[in-house]
Amino acid sequence: MSILSLRGVVKRYSKHTAVDAVTFDVPKGVIFGMLGPNGAGKTSLIRIITTITGADEGEIFIDGEKLNRLHPAQIGYMPEERGLYKKMKVGDHLLYLAQLKGLSPKIARDKIEKWFVKFDIQDWWNKKVEELSKGMQQKVQFIATVVHEPKLLILDEPFSGLDPINTNLIKDEIYRMNKEGTSVIFSTHRMEQVEEICEQIILINKGKVVLEGRVDDIKNFYKENCFEVGFEGELPEELRNSSFEVLEDSKDKIILKAREGHKPNELLKGLIDRNINIHSFNEILPTLNEIFIKKVGESDE
Amino acid sequence: MNNIGLISRREYITRVKSKTFLLTTFLTPLGFLLFFVLVGFIMSRGSDDQKNIVISDPSGLLNGEIDLRKNIAYSFSSDDLESLQKAYADGKSDGVLSVPPLDSAAITDHEVMFFSDDRLALDEIESIERAVERKIREFKVVALGIDEDKISLLDTDVDVEQQGVKDKEKDISATSTLVGSILGGVISYVMFFLIFLYGAQVMRSVMEEKINRIVEVLISSVKPYELMMGKILGVGAVGLTQVIAWVGILVVGFFIAAAIFGINLNPADLTQMSGLDNQEVATAMAEGNDRMSEIMVEIGKMNWLVIIPLVIFYFLTGYLAYAAIFAAVGSAVGEDINEANSLTLPIMIPLMLAIYIGFAAINAPNSTVAVWGSLIPLTSSIVMPVRLPIDPPIWQLILSVVLLAGFVLFMVWVAARIYRIGILMYGKKASFKELGKWLFYKG
Repeated sequence: MSILSLRGVVKRYSKHTAVDAVTFDVPKGVIFGMLGPNGAGKTSLIRIITTITGADEGEIFIDGEKLNRLHPAQIGYMPEERGLYKKMKVGDHLLYLAQLKGLSPKIARDKIEKWFVKFDIQDWWNKKVEELSKGMQQKVQFIATVVHEPKLLILDEPFSGLDPINTNLIKDEIYRMNKEGTSVIFSTHRMEQVEEICEQIILINKGKVVLEGRVDDIKNFYKENCFEVGFEGELPEELRNSSFEVLEDSKDKIILKAREGHKPNELLKGLIDRNINIHSFNEILPTLNEIFIKKVGESDE
Repeated sequence: MNNIGLISRREYITRVKSKTFLLTTFLTPLGFLLFFVLVGFIMSRGSDDQKNIVISDPSGLLNGEIDLRKNIAYSFSSDDLESLQKAYADGKSDGVLSVPPLDSAAITDHEVMFFSDDRLALDEIESIERAVERKIREFKVVALGIDEDKISLLDTDVDVEQQGVKDKEKDISATSTLVGSILGGVISYVMFFLIFLYGAQVMRSVMEEKINRIVEVLISSVKPYELMMGKILGVGAVGLTQVIAWVGILVVGFFIAAAIFGINLNPADLTQMSGLDNQEVATAMAEGNDRMSEIMVEIGKMNWLVIIPLVIFYFLTGYLAYAAIFAAVGSAVGEDINEANSLTLPIMIPLMLAIYIGFAAINAPNSTVAVWGSLIPLTSSIVMPVRLPIDPPIWQLILSVVLLAGFVLFMVWVAARIYRIGILMYGKKASFKELGKWLFYKG
């Protein structure tokens, strides 16, 4: 069952097509990465999902139901460009935003107070937003996004401007909520974060889906049979030239690429047969960053 | 609907609690009071310098007595002009007034001379001229042998009294027309002021939300239309609060100021302030009292049960329509205040036009311009209130209300369509052409 399904969604502006026949599913309970270069159409897509704008064509389903006016209350959206009323008190501000999400004042207050305890910021209630640092405001933003316990969380660059400690704090909360059943769509340019956090990704360029799937599967699909071997001694010539191609050679480490039809075990066997001491043997998988650059480059051509 | 309530409540509370609101609410009327007190002070003290003048009246035209304003003390002298001027040069007087003889009662132009190196104030000249004129009149009455009592019979006070033909009960007296129009003028001017003041506030507030990007967060919870309407209603409520506070402060402040500075409007002070002589003031006061009670009667006769709700209707709809346009403009421009100014100018034009038509309507409430101005929605919310106190034809009223109501709904719809696109649009130069395109964007 998918928490979110898009079927042939199109969004056109006067001169260009921002979202071009996009179809994908976000399974329930996953952390889903939405990647793409600037201007790829991510924000347009998110705005359609959050009912901020309407799609010109296509259908969207949330938890099996056609997207409607009641859904925003079940979605928590933290936009990349976000702000707060500078002159408002933090507590009042959160109460206001929570009520706009449909919580009663009493329930909203209870929930906000719990978050204040969790983040150890009880003394912020009567502070004005403008008195907080940018990172502190980010925490307030996060509470505002999750206070109504949404089924689907959409986070656009949630860690920008946060120090490592607060990044971890928020990250842990995302993991915890995910474990408790919240589905998360995570949009960012920071590939190392995607690799760390997301189980599944979708890569969008120029309004089109250019890649989608599980992070592990994608990395395996794009691997180039490269291996890094750490050893002592000389590497035999026949291994070097026939079955494997040397990409990098240093004193006690070598990176090889298997030629068509050759398996890494051949390499290991050859080394063992010649009594060469092996310290390490790793398959080099491509980073998402490399795949990202490659795919975006391809689809740009 | 619930969201609109939440949004306008926040808008209202944060605004009313802000320092700016408290300052403008209390300082504006205080500023006005201070201004009036200052003007009053200057008026009463400004020409207070005592002047001593010497009058040379060889022919006795003035009969040894003249009724000049209080700050001019005078004495008659029979010395010749030359020695009087010398005495002036020695500092013995502040000027010399020479009244040449009047050769015959047939002369209707007479010149008197004032010798001094200091100019007379305009009101001093006026005072001298009137006083001498009256004296000459007395002289002529005697010289021509006219009966004083008969002269007063020459003056007749004529009033045009108007009466309806179809509806004989209809009151179209001059006073009711005048009182009604002035009242309407005041109402419409206040409306213009409020619509512009609070409309501009709506615009600024929309711009702020767009600039600090809170709008992105809000818009994922509420519809743009709700956000816009909440803001317009919230700011409108702040406006009403402020107006009520101003009226209250002005009334209280006036009484306090009156107590402290001892401003009272008795005739003697008025005489001194205006430079008119007592007799004129006395007649003016008597007429004024008559007039005053007549005005009070007319105000009492007005159909307040109809006028008050209509004034409120015109104010609310006028505010709503213009505030919606201001909100749309604010959503389109973002950070650039210059761009905002160039877009608000075209909004100002119908508003300014309305206020001028309104003023014209005070003079001629049933002129073609006034009638059209009170029917066309962009101006009717300001022009019609001017005409309300003088009973405009019922069909005009109904047409005006229907047109305005329809127009407001249309304007709010248009503004909401521009607003929903504008608040999420960055880095695009806002022009009316661009806004026109946004109108037709889908969803």
